[in-house]
Amino acid sequence: MANSYYDPADLRKFGKITEWSEELGTKFFDYYGKVFEEGALSAREKSLIALAVAHVVKCPYCIDAYTKDGLQRGITKEEMMEAVHAGAAIESGATLVHGVQMMNKYNKLSM
Amino acid sequence: MKTKSLRARHNKLADTHTQLDILNGSVFAEGELPYFKDKLMESGQFPLKPKKLEILQINVGYMCNQVCEHCHVDAGPDRKEIMTRETMEECLKVILNTGAHTLDLTGGAPEMNPNFRWFVEEASKAGIQDFIVRSNLTIIRANKKYHDLPDFFKKYNIHVVSSMPHYTRGKTDKQRGDGVFDKSIIALQQLNAVGYGMPDSDLRLDLVYNPSGAFLPGDQAALEKDFKKALKEDFDIDFHNLFAITNLPISRFLDYLIASENYEDYMYALVEAYNPAAVENVMCTNTLSVSWDGWLYDCDFNQMLDLKVQSKVNHISDYNESLLENRSIFISQHCYGCTAGSGSSCQGTVT
Repeated sequence: MANSYYDPADLRKFGKITEWSEELGTKFFDYYGKVFEEGALSAREKSLIALAVAHVVKCPYCIDAYTKDGLQRGITKEEMMEAVHAGAAIESGATLVHGVQMMNKYNKLSM
Repeated sequence: MKTKSLRARHNKLADTHTQLDILNGSVFAEGELPYFKDKLMESGQFPLKPKKLEILQINVGYMCNQVCEHCHVDAGPDRKEIMTRETMEECLKVILNTGAHTLDLTGGAPEMNPNFRWFVEEASKAGIQDFIVRSNLTIIRANKKYHDLPDFFKKYNIHVVSSMPHYTRGKTDKQRGDGVFDKSIIALQQLNAVGYGMPDSDLRLDLVYNPSGAFLPGDQAALEKDFKKALKEDFDIDFHNLFAITNLPISRFLDYLIASENYEDYMYALVEAYNPAAVENVMCTNTLSVSWDGWLYDCDFNQMLDLKVQSKVNHISDYNESLLENRSIFISQHCYGCTAGSGSSCQGTVT
């Protein structure tokens, strides 16, 4: 066994999850592939969304995968960093908006 | 940014045997990844045989004004291998009789060969349908004696194919050297000014994109759209097509892959993207490559690995097209670079 929870080489083995559950694995990868096809959003836009989400869910495999995907699509580092900030802003906003709950509770408990 | 070739730096990868040992070793020798030959056998495509010759590609010398990080030729100002007029004369005899419809001059910077203009003038008399010169663009700005190249190209109706790794300065200069982007932009504007690359112009101007790093090129059509939009909006530049070319793991790009610890991942990516449909049209099946000293190769990459054609005829001096069409193509693991995804060739994707 590896002495670390995350091994970059494991990303290449992602497809193997299908071996232990063929139906669900196949359905997932079909869906995954379909999602990132050119649609109402371009594949390029979806790649940047995926990169932002990868950071928010803190998935090191996804960060590797979508940084590389962005490079392949000619996406610049400035665009990538802006996408990461968009994700980070939503994540910090999600924390901060709970500040209203804190304020409500504070006010309710205070005379 | 390095300023000398691997050869001038006495780098061990300047020896083609070392490169071939690497390509045959590690992940392939350990059985982690299949050899290219096994992959061809799986799809019944071994041995790889040529079809009708369409493109004669002549490398007129390895001297170049640039020292690009990814260069598969290991070209640079310190390279002295230059095609002589005698070899050019032998090439001209072949050009007059070949069934190929395309003549493709490359280098180094082909314009740095002292007999380049004479050769173009003579070769153009053969009435070849498509006469390509692969120009790195900055050569046009490198020295006064090259400033008139756009007019020279126009005079002989040359199809200009030029490298442009990105439409932003930072990425271009990182791969090709400081100042390359600005000079390339000026050169493209000069080519446009004489009519090259304009929407309805017969003066063909195509750009070559190859990734500036250890990743594969994305979709060629999408990249072309992005390049066209950015170059038009920012610099009022027009061009015809963009060819997306995969970097093959040889020479300076191999050196980069190893030094940056990307070699294994890159080979995995190439093998994973293997596409039998790309094998069908891979460029070695319709191209012959001639080196500065007249030897014949299946492609420019095999030339740089010194893997000559496997045929009784292997020099321009005893060229015989029908005999050459019976050969088997020399393959190794670098060939995965031409069969990944949509495939890659000097003319871009092949599927």
